[in-house]
Amino acid sequence: MIRLITLLMLLAVPAKAEEIVLGLSRDEVAITATFEGSEILIFGAIKRDGPVEAEGDLGVIVTIAGPDRPVTVRKKDRRFGIWVNTESVDVDVAPTFYAVATNRPLEEILTFTEDLNTRISTQRAIRSVGATVESAESFTQALIRIRASQGLYQTIPEGVSVAEEALFRTLIPLPANLTEGDYKAEIYLTRGREIIDFYVTTIPVKKVGLERWLYNLAHDNPFLYGLMSLSIAIAAGWGASAIFTVLRR
Amino acid sequence: MQIYLPIAEVSVNAFLLLGLGGIVGVLSGMFGVGGGFLMTPLLFFIGIPPAVAVATEANQIVASSFSGVLAHLKRKTVDLRMGTVLLIGGLVGSGFGIILFNYLKALGQVELLVQLCYVVFLGMIGTLMFFESLKAIRNANKTGGVAVPKRRKHNWVHNLPFKMKFRVSGLYISVIPPILVGVLVGILAAIMGVGGGFIMVPAMIYLLGMPTKVVVGTSLFQIIFVTAFTTMLHATTNFTVDVVLAVLLLVGGVIGAQIGTRIGVKMKAEQLRIWLAIMVLAVCGKLAFDLLVMPSELYSLGTGGHS
Repeated sequence: MIRLITLLMLLAVPAKAEEIVLGLSRDEVAITATFEGSEILIFGAIKRDGPVEAEGDLGVIVTIAGPDRPVTVRKKDRRFGIWVNTESVDVDVAPTFYAVATNRPLEEILTFTEDLNTRISTQRAIRSVGATVESAESFTQALIRIRASQGLYQTIPEGVSVAEEALFRTLIPLPANLTEGDYKAEIYLTRGREIIDFYVTTIPVKKVGLERWLYNLAHDNPFLYGLMSLSIAIAAGWGASAIFTVLRR
Repeated sequence: MQIYLPIAEVSVNAFLLLGLGGIVGVLSGMFGVGGGFLMTPLLFFIGIPPAVAVATEANQIVASSFSGVLAHLKRKTVDLRMGTVLLIGGLVGSGFGIILFNYLKALGQVELLVQLCYVVFLGMIGTLMFFESLKAIRNANKTGGVAVPKRRKHNWVHNLPFKMKFRVSGLYISVIPPILVGVLVGILAAIMGVGGGFIMVPAMIYLLGMPTKVVVGTSLFQIIFVTAFTTMLHATTNFTVDVVLAVLLLVGGVIGAQIGTRIGVKMKAEQLRIWLAIMVLAVCGKLAFDLLVMPSELYSLGTGGHS
């Protein structure tokens, strides 16, 4: 919200010289039983009123953020000869998925203060307020490292290709282990490291079909779900012994 | 073919799961064991969250035990009365086990608990089995026959109060020891996702003095209900029973078990047991190794808000 307000204030004053026009390869992602990950193509054009006024380099930043969830980061330490979880830090808000694609390294097209306000870089997207451990920083670094190794956090410095300072496109891979929810896609246009326009849209990611049904049943009606799992197990056990008795004859 | 497990929320290869189910099924058919104590650690190794592995395995054991107990009921080798006493203990133990499991889960120590339980129990059982079958092979070579260990007819078990008659087993003993055995097995079922046959069977033979022919059927009878109860507890408190995972393991397991039974008949009992012991020790060694060696990633993520 703060992000939006800041941007609106920034952008309200001057009339837009350059504007984003956007297209998406798909407007929702369905997680089915055989979901193996996916990718999303984000493309668009930069609309202008007049010819290009060269005041600083053009930057295009595309971010996709999954739903925010709190997460506990635990650190192992050696106790009595074995590795045991000891310290932990609760991170209040961390996106379950976060990808930043830019046409050039982020720091070349965005100022530090703009990043602080808009929370574009991965470090800024994570917030831990009540961290009590001194080395909380290393815990958030670990969170980014682990999620990055799972393909959940991505920084793609040259992932956006810009043609003729007018057309841009980027392909963002989505791994199989996505959390469902509304994914927010944000596109920022910068000139001389200052944001001049932005565009926000949402891409719903949801489990469908059997996956959806089982997940809902397990969480909304766990007793019934448990009974169902048991009856499947008993039926399978009984069926197996019945079939093999027949086969043995 | 990758398949997305709705509760575990990971994508795994369906054939890998069918294969794992099949291999463990073959082994359980060959050795006449439940297989939970092999399957659960294997699920850890392929990246299923431990909480989901334990809960789902409990569900799978219901299926394999059910198919086993039907055969035993037909042969009348189930002591229902003893089974019920063991079951009462088992339900209490399972309830207690779940409370402990959920408490440690909140502390972020549940993986450690599960792994330690596995290292301790697999290590104990594996070592005992290994040396016993070595001895059996040596005796068989010396005398040409297998020495049957003598059972003590009277021990401290027979001096406890609350005696009860168990006609099928031909026993008149106190209900305290079977209830305690049941409690222990129930705790293990909840924490480790195992049936607990590997603890219960020796306890029934050596501690309670039950005749060998009713031991397996009776333990299966108890295991069905305890693991079913455990499944329900995990499903309602942790939401960690993954039915898709369970079905895949089941299909592989059921087929594997039938193949295994046939292989088992053709092999010598002592040889079988020594191989089982080696396998148990290998899994134990891998788990112990993971605990002792500095992990490449010291940090791990858990669901936030201490839930």
